[in-house]
Parts: sequence; structure tokens; C-alpha cells
Amino acid sequence: MKSGSVKKVLKKLKPYRFFLAAAVLCALVSVSLTLYVPVLVGYAIDRIIGRGNVDFADVAQILGLICAAVVGVAVCQWLMNWLINLVSYRTVRDLRREVFRKLNTVPLSYIDTHGHGDLISRVINDVDAVGDGLTQMFLQLFSGVVTIIGTLVFMLVTDWQIALAVFFLTPLSLFVAGFIGKLSAKRFREQQMLQGEISSYVEETVGNQRIVKAFSYEKQSQYEFDKLNTKLYDVGFKAQYAGALANPSTRLVNAIVYAAVGIIGALAVLSGRLTVGGLSCFLTYANQYTKPFNEVTGVLTQLQTGIAAAGRVFDVLEAENEAPDPANAEAPGHRGEVIFDDVSFSYTPDKPLIEHFSLDVKSGTRVAIVGPTGCGKTTLINLLMRFYDVNSGRILVDGADIRNMRRDDLRARCGMVLQDSWLFRGTIMENLRYGNENATDSEIVAAAKAAYAHSFIRRMPNGYETVISEGGGNLSQGQKQLLCIARAMLTDPEILILDEATSSIDTLTEIRVQKAFAKMMRCRTSFVVAHRLSTIKESDIILVMRDGNIVEQGSHRELLTKNGFYRKLYNAQFATYDVINNGA
Amino acid sequence: MYKLRRFLKDYKKECIIGPLCKLFEAILELFVPLVMAGIIDNGIRGNDEGYVWRMGFLLVFLAVLGWSSAMFTQYFASKASQGAGTKIRRALFEHIGTLSHAELDKLGTPSLITRITNDTNQVQQSIAMMIRLLTRAPFIIAGSLIMAMTINLRLSLIFFAAAVLIAFILWFIMNQSMPIFSAMQKKLDKIGLLSRENLSGNRVIRAFSKQKTECARVDEATEDLAKTSIKVSRLSALLSPLTYAVTTFAIVLIVWFGAVNVNSGDMKTGEIVALVSYMTQILLAMVVVANLVTLMTRASACAGRINEVFETVPSVTEKTDKPINIDKNAPKIEFEHVSFNYSNDGDEELSDLSFSVPRGATVGIIGGTGSGKSTLINLIPRFYDVSGGCVRVDGRDVRDYPFEQLRGQMGIVPQHSVLFSGTIRENLSWRNKNADDGEIVRALKISQAYDFVMKLPKGIDSYVEQGGRNFSGGQRQRLCIARALVDDPDILILDDSFSALDMATDAALRRALKENTAGTTVIIVTQRSSTIRNADLILAVNDGVLAGCGTHAELFESCAVYRDICLSQQSETEAAV
Repeated sequence: MKSGSVKKVLKKLKPYRFFLAAAVLCALVSVSLTLYVPVLVGYAIDRIIGRGNVDFADVAQILGLICAAVVGVAVCQWLMNWLINLVSYRTVRDLRREVFRKLNTVPLSYIDTHGHGDLISRVINDVDAVGDGLTQMFLQLFSGVVTIIGTLVFMLVTDWQIALAVFFLTPLSLFVAGFIGKLSAKRFREQQMLQGEISSYVEETVGNQRIVKAFSYEKQSQYEFDKLNTKLYDVGFKAQYAGALANPSTRLVNAIVYAAVGIIGALAVLSGRLTVGGLSCFLTYANQYTKPFNEVTGVLTQLQTGIAAAGRVFDVLEAENEAPDPANAEAPGHRGEVIFDDVSFSYTPDKPLIEHFSLDVKSGTRVAIVGPTGCGKTTLINLLMRFYDVNSGRILVDGADIRNMRRDDLRARCGMVLQDSWLFRGTIMENLRYGNENATDSEIVAAAKAAYAHSFIRRMPNGYETVISEGGGNLSQGQKQLLCIARAMLTDPEILILDEATSSIDTLTEIRVQKAFAKMMRCRTSFVVAHRLSTIKESDIILVMRDGNIVEQGSHRELLTKNGFYRKLYNAQFATYDVINNGA
Repeated sequence: MYKLRRFLKDYKKECIIGPLCKLFEAILELFVPLVMAGIIDNGIRGNDEGYVWRMGFLLVFLAVLGWSSAMFTQYFASKASQGAGTKIRRALFEHIGTLSHAELDKLGTPSLITRITNDTNQVQQSIAMMIRLLTRAPFIIAGSLIMAMTINLRLSLIFFAAAVLIAFILWFIMNQSMPIFSAMQKKLDKIGLLSRENLSGNRVIRAFSKQKTECARVDEATEDLAKTSIKVSRLSALLSPLTYAVTTFAIVLIVWFGAVNVNSGDMKTGEIVALVSYMTQILLAMVVVANLVTLMTRASACAGRINEVFETVPSVTEKTDKPINIDKNAPKIEFEHVSFNYSNDGDEELSDLSFSVPRGATVGIIGGTGSGKSTLINLIPRFYDVSGGCVRVDGRDVRDYPFEQLRGQMGIVPQHSVLFSGTIRENLSWRNKNADDGEIVRALKISQAYDFVMKLPKGIDSYVEQGGRNFSGGQRQRLCIARALVDDPDILILDDSFSALDMATDAALRRALKENTAGTTVIIVTQRSSTIRNADLILAVNDGVLAGCGTHAELFESCAVYRDICLSQQSETEAAV
């Protein structure tokens, strides 16, 4: 068991220690009053002796006292419940915030290699389970501890020897509970893990239901889901049952203790050490004393789920961060000069990708990168944006190593449009403004016009205020790309990066968008990854990549005359073009 | 909550025996004070040490009996609750599978994840608690009420008054907190949505240095949820103090009126003691009920959300699940005056499209961004239903087909290349789960994916991360094409599926397709006129209308829209020559 999880959760409670102290105080008042009320009722009954022999004045006074106590109990109990909920819900909030912050500081590879559904499950279900566990723990713990101490005092006063026996015997039940807890801890961890796996599976299949349907794969995916679901049932059942055993077992131990107290007490009475009244009183307290132990184990399943869940949450929180920004970061220049100096990089050590790559891009150069898929084009951009760090060598922007800059400064100077267009749920206006928070509405419309998105946006039901559903909903891939381009245009960057940004846009629109970009790119450095020649033909320099290396570079015309790999690539696409020419 | 009872149908036995065992245990518990009283009365007063020991062991025996009974309760409770939860999850997933895209968009994936996991868990937990606790409390309450009535009918009225008041409090708090609990789950959905967006868009968020904005959005959402949760807890925290107050006030009344009665000689003091102890019993039972009620309220809010999914009716449903007869002589695909719009308030996406595709033909669909190309092909596998006209495959309206017969003959490559976590082999076995190596290799070769797949250390058994993130865009696209090619589909639909391919691969792929898919009706949506210029039929779509339909030469002559597209790309060709 990750025994540390509990300690780590407790650490998160530190800001709320005063609330918790207040809750303990409330517990103290309400529990002691609750214990006191039966005593008062006893006093009142003592004053009701028989016909014509009732002390109404005293009874009324005592009953008045009870009423006051009841109000006290009710208020304190309510305050305690509320405070405990307050603390656990705020802790839940803090944990969620921390996980989100974490997700933005881990290396990108962490997010690329973890199931998203599983991570979502950690944010949603595991954090929730931690909260539930906290609430239950405090509710039982506070009133429990006070009850235990209170009754212990009463018992010690009555007969210290038997009291000590009870005092030492009852925790036996905790050993039993602890033993069962240890046995079932593994199952609880498995349960939370499977929960994550199910969530991952649902995220994948429901999120891509269109493909599932296209392949009539519903039955098969149901089968896969059922497999996971059945596994969860097995593990969940075992966890629940094992966890639930703790409570009856504790009660068994305590019932035996109770019987033992009864026997020992009765024998003590027989030997004249104890009175009958004393024994009866003692038994009542023994009963009260064991109750909190029973109740704690009653919520053991929730506690264990909470602990297992906490382990998963802390797994995320303790993942290694990306290297922090340097303390004395270099202020970036504004020329847009990029140098790759003997850069090597691979995602996995056994599969070298980019080796000893060098490139010198002068300010304002338009660089195009072409090459077969998988040759490392996107990787170059990942490195330039510092989504991944180079394994060796360095990348200089305006003479400064990008590792000596703050990531935000570096990225603020780069405008980036990816092939995989990402939009969030919100209005089109909000999505576009993502590029530049200070953009005015008219600037946004201007960018949308430049990106040729204006006309289709206007045709949507609510124009710029139309809400796009998560991931883009009914927008076509091309439309999404146009929106992403408009978004990037608003950032007004010094270095522009287009990674197959126009691949789903029709050629007519592409040419127009390109002109808008050309206007924007004037005197700016740009990196364009594209397959369509219309996109890259005008570039100052075309890099032809193959297997992580540049095999040719030069302008479009130079490369064609060179009759090398570029020409081969180029002709391959136009091998069937003659018919068009004849037709025209 | 009540509507979900059908999931407990198979657990009738557990739902009856579980609570009965609990009841048995509760009855045993009642014996304990009697035995103890026996020890005191007979053992101590009679100075009988042997009796003390015998009764002591009886106590232990009762405890063990109670324990085994409790074990059964726990067993049945765990079994029924986990079983019902499993069934609910299964049914949810199954139902989600029948929903069409329109409904899924409305419910949202993150919300569905929450419903399958978090909401179902809540319901599951409440079932377990119900079996464990629900019988004991009513048993004790009813028993105490009856006993009170036999002791003093008039004073037992106080019991009933208290019961009514408590019932009212329970009802009131449930009623008030239910909507807040629903709101809470909805806010949890919002956090799910943010998590999903933050994960899928992490690159963009970092590129725009928007971490702070995202954190602010998360802060707001989590604060919102915390506030709502605390608000509802303030309300449900009232439950046990109020119950306590009502019962204790009832005790005060009993003592007072008891005193009056005792004074007038209508009652004995011992009877007051008995009444008070019964009231205390009720109080203890009520505390459990109060906790249960809070749990149940949240669970019913969750059940409501689960039911909402079940009550969502798919807009596209199959008329029959039996294969229907087809007309082998009819054109493979026919569109007859088809019009379509996604929602009633928007403009028509497609209007009055008519064309027919002969068997084995290759059709190219070309048009501007947002012109309706993808919408058009979405109608063939019936992802959406037409608003007017009809789409026919093999002479039969697509609405007459069972889904499997209709979609099973199609290999579809979507615009957005998505692979699923698992091996490449698993991903390629989607059309035929028994596909052998030969078939998979053939598909990989046609889609030009064979070379890079074979370079992977484990070949076709290499692992694909969720969404295919460990492959480049072009590799992903080729694997998606291979997936559609396995098991020779009758109709191959390529929705702009070459966009991430480099020029050479694109050409090689098209050549391989042409050579290997004779007899297959191929539909290619594309932006590149070169891709389809050899097609048997080209459809030029513009703003949802068919601008032209014919071969390349015909269209180039007669269709302005098509000619413009070709000419816009022709400049490249001139440069190329």
C-alpha cells in the first residue's frame, strides 16, 4: 500500500486546520451534550415517583435544561457537519486545480503516452473518492474520539480495572479491521485502476463513435467493454465484500468483549467488588465506547477507496515536471533568426530519428519542409517550440539557446497552426480570441476575413456567437483549419509555423489564405510543412527531408533542376497531370 | 431511481435475503439485553456462577450467529450492488452505441464518461447501503411504535406527531437538495470537459502560452462545483441535527405528560422509562435513515442523469435486424432529390441532389471547404437521415437496411484519422476480426503503410497509443486507409484521406488502389483535382448544390465551378512542366 497517500492528503488539509479545529470543538460540545441528555432525562424521571408525588417545578426546570441542550447539540452538530463538508469539498477543489496545473507543466510526452480517459477519471472519480473518504473519516473520527474519551472517563470512575480491560481489548477490533483492510487494499487499487481503464475505453469509443459505426463495430466494442466491465465487477465485488467484512468482524470482536465484560463484571459482583447498578451502568458505557470503533469500520470501504484513489491522484501530481524555466532567462530578440546546431533527437532511445541536424535560417526567410511522412518534419517543429527538448546540440533563436529562455517568451513569438485543428467548446468569437485576448471584435472579424472563414461563420445560426461543440462538432475539417489560421493570425508572431495547416482546405481558398499569410509573413521567418506545392512553391528555401536528415535544400526551381529526390517526389504527384493539360 | 429498478431484476434473491439476514441480526441484537438481564437477575441474584458462564457463552454464540448473518448481508449487498452497477454500465454503453451523432453531440463525451463512471458508482453505492441498512431502521421504528401504543395509546400520539414531523423534514430536505445535487453532477461534467480539452489541446495551449487562461477556467469551474457542493451540504447537514432535535423534544413531551399522568395515577414511572427508551431507539434508527437519505438523494440525482441517456432516442434507427434482399442490377448508389440539414433552424446543407453511381465505378467528389462534400457521403452509410428525397444502395432505400448489412459492405476512411489503442493488427481487424496476416499485409501494401510498419520493432504487432499519437499524421492516415481495405469492401469511401500524404505516397497509393480494387465502388472526396481526374464520374459540389456531374472532360467543358478548381491547381502543373 502506498502508505504515504494518507499523509500526503493530510498535508493538503493544512490551510483548513482552523476549520477542522472548529469542527473538533463543535464535536466536543455536541457529543458531551448528547451524552449528558440521557443523564438529565434520568434526573427528571427520578422526580416522577408516583401518584401525587411529582415535583413539577423541578421536572420543568430539568426539561428546560434538556431543551437548551438539544438546541446546543443541533447547532453544533450542524456546524460540525457543514465545516467537515466545507473542508473536504475545498480540498477536492484544490486537488483538482493542482492536477490541472500539473498537466500543464509535465513534459508533453507524459500526455502523449497516457490514456486521456484514465487521466480524466483521476480528475473526476478519484478526486471525488478522496473527498468522500475525507468526509466520512472526519465525521466518524471527531465524534468518535470524543465519545471514546468521554465514556472512558466515566468507566474509569466506575471501575478502573474493568475499564482498563475494555480499553485494551476493544482496539483488538481495530487490528482485525486493519488486517482486513490490508488484505483488500490491493483490490481497491485495482478497482480504481479499472475504473480508469473503463473511462479510457469510453473516452476512445464514444469520442469516435462515427468510426465505430462506420465499421459496424458496435458489437465488438460492446464485447471489449463487457470484458472490462466484468473485470471491474469481479474486482469491485471482491473489494466491496472484503471491505464490508471489516464491520461485522469488528462488531463480532466487540460483542465478545461485551460478553467478557458481562461475565467478568457479574463475577466481580458475585465476589462483592461491584454493585449491580454499577455493572449495568458499566455495560451501557462499554456499549457506547465500542460504537465509534464499529462505525469507523462501517465506512471502511469508502476510506479504502479514498486511499487507493489518492494514490492515483498523487501519481499524477508527482510526475516529473519539464525542466523549469531558467532563473535568469535571456530576453528574446525580435529578429526571428533560427539556428539548429548539430541537433539530435529521438522519442525513444532505440529508434534514432534526427541526428546531427544543422540549419541556419536568416531573419525573414520563408522555409518550407517537405519529405515523406514520418521523416521528422513535425518533430523539428516540436523541438523548435520546445514541446520536446533536444537530446544533444542546441537550437538558437536570435542567438540565444531556447533552453535559456522562458518557454512563454519563446512561444509568444511563434504563431503555430497544426494539421490537427483544436478548438474548445465556446463561441467562435471566444475561440478566435484565444490567439490574442486583447483583440477587438473588428480585429477578429478582419482576421477571419483574411483566413476566408468570415463567410461561413456568417452563415452559421448565430454568426460569431455560434457555440462550437467540443472538438468542433459540425464544422468540417477544412473549416476548423480556417478558424485555427484566423486564430494564429491574431497573434501577430515573429516566427510563423504551419504544420500541414491547410491540408483540408480546398485549393482555391488555400491560395487566397496563402496570400493573406504572405502579407503577414513579410519580413517574418516562417516554417511551413506541406505536401501541396501551391503552399511551398514561393518559399525562399525548401528543405527536403528524409529519415531525419536534410537530403536537399534550395529554392523550388533550383531543386527541380537538380533532378534529385525533390524532383522525384514532385513528379510523382503530377505523373497523371498531362490529361488536364490536354483538356485545357 | 425507481426507473432503474429493472437492473435489480436478476438480483431479487439478493435484495430479499440480504435485508432479511440483516433483520435476523437486528432481532438477535434485541436478545442481548435480555440475556444480560438474565445474568443479573438469575446469575447474580441467584448467586449462580455456572449460569453466568452459560449465559456468557450464549452471548458469544449470539454474536457469532449475528456475525455470520451479517456476512451474508454484506455478501448479498456487495453482489447485488456491484451486479446492478455492472448492468447499468453495460446498458448505458450499449445504448450510447445506438445513438446517432446528433444525440452524442448534444450529450457530450465527457458527460457520458461521468455518467458511466461517477453517476453509476453513486447509484451502486446507494443500492448497497439500502440493502445493508434500510430494513433495520423501519423494523426498529415500527416495533418501537407498536410497543409504545401498547403501553399508552394517548402518549403514543406524540410518537406519531414526531414521525410525521420527521417525515416532513426528510421530504423537505430531499426536495430542496435534489436539484442542487443534479447541478453538482452537471458541474462535474464541466470539469470533465475541461480535462478532456486540456489533454487533447495541450500542444495548442502551450503554443499560445495559455496555461494561465486554462488554469483560470479550471479555477472557476472547480470553485463553482465546490460552492454548489458546500451549499448542498449545508442543507443536508441539517438532517441529523433536526431529527435529533425533534425526537429529543418528543422525549421532553413524553416526560412532561408522563409526569402529569403519573401524578393523576394513570401511569407508572416505569412506563415513562420504557417510552423514553423506545424513543431513543427510534432516534438511533433515524440517524441512520438521515444519512441514508442524503446518500439516496444524490444517487437519485445521478439516476436521473442515467435515465436521461436511456430516454434519449436515437434519431436514426434500423427498421429490421434481418438482412434484406437487394437488387443486383440496380446502380450501386443512387441519390434521388436528396436534401439535408443538420438542424431545423440552419440553412440547408444539401439541396436536391440527384445522381447515380454504377457498380464498380470510381467517383470523385470535389468542392470548396464547407460545400457539403462530407455531409453528402455521410448519408450513404446513414450516419444521418435525409431531410428529403432518398438514398439507395443496391436499389434499396438505406433506411430499409439493418445497419450491419448496410455499413458492413463499406470501407470508410474518415477525414480525421483516428486509431484506437491496441496493436496495429487489432486496429486493422475492425472490418473482420478474423483477418489473417496475408489480408492485413495486403491492405498495408495497398495503403503504402507496409514499409514503415515493417520497420517497427514488432511489425504489425506494434502498439498504437490512443488516437494513434505515436504515429505521424501521414502514417496514421495510411493505417486508416488500410483498416478500410481489409476484407474487400463493396464500397470504399475516402473522405479527403490523402491530405496528410506526401506527393509520392499519394500517387503510389492511388495507383495501388486502382490495381487492387476492381469491382469495388470507390468514392473519393478530395481537394486535389489531380486525385480524381481519371474517375468515371466526378461530382462538383458547391454550397450544397450539385454544380456538375460527369467525367473530367465533360465537366471541364461545361461546369464553371469545376473548371475554376482545376485551373487554380493548374498553375502548379505549368510550373511543373
